[in-house]
Amino acid sequence: MTRIRSMLLLAMTLSGLSGLGNVYAAEAVEGSAKFEKLDQCVEPTSVMRRNHFEFIKHQRNLTVHQGIRGSKHSLAGCVDCHARKDTEGNFVPVNAEGQFCDACHDYAAVSPDCFSCHSTVPGEK
Amino acid sequence: MSKVEQQGRREFLKGTAATAAISIAPGVMLHSLTADAAPRTEAVTDKVRWGMLIDANKCADGCTDCVSACDKENGLDLVNMPEGADESLWERQRPRWIRQVSLKDNLSGKITHLPMMCQHCEKPPCVDVCPTGASFRRADGIVMVDRHICIGCRYCMMACPYKARSFIHAEVAEKLTHTPRGKGCVESCNLCVHRLDNGQTTTACQDACQHQAIVFGDLNDPESAVSQALKKYPSVQIRADLKLNTGVRYSNI
Amino acid sequence: MKKIHFSEWGIDSPRYWGMLAVLGAIIAVAGLAVFYMEHNGHWVTGMTNQVVWGMPHVFAIFLIVAASGALNVASIGTAFGKKVYKPLGRLSGLLAITLLAGGLAVLVLDLGQPGRLLIAMTHYNFKSIFAWNIYLYTGFFAIVALYIWFMMDWRMNKYYKPVGVFAFVWRLMLTTGTGSIFGFIVARQGYDAAIMAPMFVIMSFAYGLAVYLLVLMFAFKADGREIGDVLLKRLKNLLGIFVAAVFYFTVVYHLTNLYGTENHEYEAFILRDGGIYTLLFWGGWVLIGCLIPMGIIYHPALGATRGGIIAASTLVVLGGFATIYVIVIGGQAFPMAMFPGKTIVASGFFDGVNGQPMLYSPSLPEILLGLGGVALVLMLTFIGIRVLRFLPTSLADEVADPHHAKS
Ligand code: SF4
Ligand code: SF4
Ligand code: SF4
Repeated sequence: MTRIRSMLLLAMTLSGLSGLGNVYAAEAVEGSAKFEKLDQCVEPTSVMRRNHFEFIKHQRNLTVHQGIRGSKHSLAGCVDCHARKDTEGNFVPVNAEGQFCDACHDYAAVSPDCFSCHSTVPGEK
Repeated sequence: MSKVEQQGRREFLKGTAATAAISIAPGVMLHSLTADAAPRTEAVTDKVRWGMLIDANKCADGCTDCVSACDKENGLDLVNMPEGADESLWERQRPRWIRQVSLKDNLSGKITHLPMMCQHCEKPPCVDVCPTGASFRRADGIVMVDRHICIGCRYCMMACPYKARSFIHAEVAEKLTHTPRGKGCVESCNLCVHRLDNGQTTTACQDACQHQAIVFGDLNDPESAVSQALKKYPSVQIRADLKLNTGVRYSNI
Repeated sequence: MKKIHFSEWGIDSPRYWGMLAVLGAIIAVAGLAVFYMEHNGHWVTGMTNQVVWGMPHVFAIFLIVAASGALNVASIGTAFGKKVYKPLGRLSGLLAITLLAGGLAVLVLDLGQPGRLLIAMTHYNFKSIFAWNIYLYTGFFAIVALYIWFMMDWRMNKYYKPVGVFAFVWRLMLTTGTGSIFGFIVARQGYDAAIMAPMFVIMSFAYGLAVYLLVLMFAFKADGREIGDVLLKRLKNLLGIFVAAVFYFTVVYHLTNLYGTENHEYEAFILRDGGIYTLLFWGGWVLIGCLIPMGIIYHPALGATRGGIIAASTLVVLGGFATIYVIVIGGQAFPMAMFPGKTIVASGFFDGVNGQPMLYSPSLPEILLGLGGVALVLMLTFIGIRVLRFLPTSLADEVADPHHAKS
């Protein structure tokens, strides 16, 4: 399943979907995520759209097996930057309906498997 | 950059070794001293081997400070009992990375207490049996599970002589950024790997122990607090007969 | 010797489809149970962090062990050149495949992450006996399939003997591999014995043949084919020898354990104080699985009847399940000896305080999953013999073994 999902995910990103993050849930405040104040992601947007999965996966192996943390391609980094806050100032899960991850993944009808284990809101730090 | 950092840590450990010998209060100090450390940028090597010496004489009856600290540090306290679960069954299904065990000597009747966690074996049976290689031993001696490739077969749990591992029996709603966790995978103590990777040099259980029963550090560094303590006091490995060369040692069992 | 003819299973359609429907329903229920367990997580089962392998593993291991044993009949015909067994070979090969498929299905569906099975196929840890087993299983499928093909296709018949010998060797490796899954676990006292692997081989002989006999007799009876007494008697005697061998290994296993002081507590647990495990050992493993079947088989009157043979085979199968239960669950229920010379008086993680065994009671979904595996075996077998020529048209004495027919 996971493998099939990741294949689909890959296919989806390869097809170069546009409109990253155009749909938002009502309660999440637009402009409250860090990325909205930045010019560019850790790579040019087109590269990210196409390759983010590969980046994350590569980083995941480095982190788990070699202990390299805090690189720019970490999933924690994605979440940290792309999660919005609601009107009360609490983070909205990055994969919630209409939020950053969901916007594309829902369109492509694939659900990323990351968040069955990973935190969906920026971490304690 | 990271070389300098490593050296820094060496120096620093030397310092604590000395301090530990006198004040025997390494936990508190270590923690506060390393607050400004940076995340690791180069792969871990086998120059370091993380390990522990646990003094059963110091471990106090009924104390569970290390257990609570680990639960909190690694988000185990966020794992809730599923609705409709049987409480006594769930108690046997919920994950635990560290536990306190009390022993009575069959001859003398002497009672000892000690915390048990993954012993970070140098020749870990869990790694030997894992079909996918999800269980692995990192270069610096930490044995952990790569959840991305764990299929949840629990063969490692069958093989671990210390019952150190837990299977995640239910969906986990809330998890920490540095300790991902999900239903259907196996996990165990990872010596607070996120702390070490972020430049800290103590574990949560060690910091929490008010009785200084846990000394943690680099077994490969003769100057480290743990190496010094190992040199000074007689110590044993649990189930030494299996010759697993554990990274966690005990004295006064 | 007359030429043996083979034909498809000829029972009438309503009966055939009716059986498939019943089996299909059992499989469907098992499917629901799997969905339920996977959806919720393993907390809905009786399995815990102490008893990590439960009922599904009992079923899976039994089926896998029986699978390699079921091939035995074919092996005797080929590898050892016993002509009488030759017509029995095809069904033997088919059962080997279906039993293995059923067992593996159960095993896989119990994984915490069954969806990641593809990972298991692409990430290999070559040190793991478990990973080796995956190779052994896949290889087994391929070789047995080839073997059946060569048996069925006269053009390929000349290669059939070497493949048969190869299949025989492979099946020995397979069962040794399955036994080694336990034998390599040094951590647990019940498993840490060199005798585990050969014991699994001999158990596979017994269980496989018992299942084979039951399926053969049922299939033949159902569409009015004949099996001669001589042939049945041979198979029955063979079963008797295997069961006796299981019994022998059981005795040796426990005697050697009793010899070594460090295993006394484990032995006391299984043989005397283990509650359900003690009961299953004496009542299931020894009595139902060994002594009663041996009694029936070697009884001059009972052993000669078909009812007696069916009863003996059924008991061997039931006793087999009890045996695997005692080994798999009992081995985990017995607290691990971490501190020799000391008693654990308190623990935050169920370490067998004061020598108490770990608790386990199988949950319904687990059992349903296991039964689904059994149903799958039967369904695949029935479909197999229905669409292809697995069954000899007759195994009457004068066909199967003309030399014995008159005597
Ligand atoms: S204590 Fe158990 S889990 Fe930890 S390394 Fe050793 S065998 Fe593996
Ligand atoms: S449960 Fe996961 S880590 Fe343990 S042996 Fe199976 S795949 Fe490996
Ligand atoms: S080292 Fe960290 S993970 Fe291991 S038991 Fe102590 S607190 Fe828990």
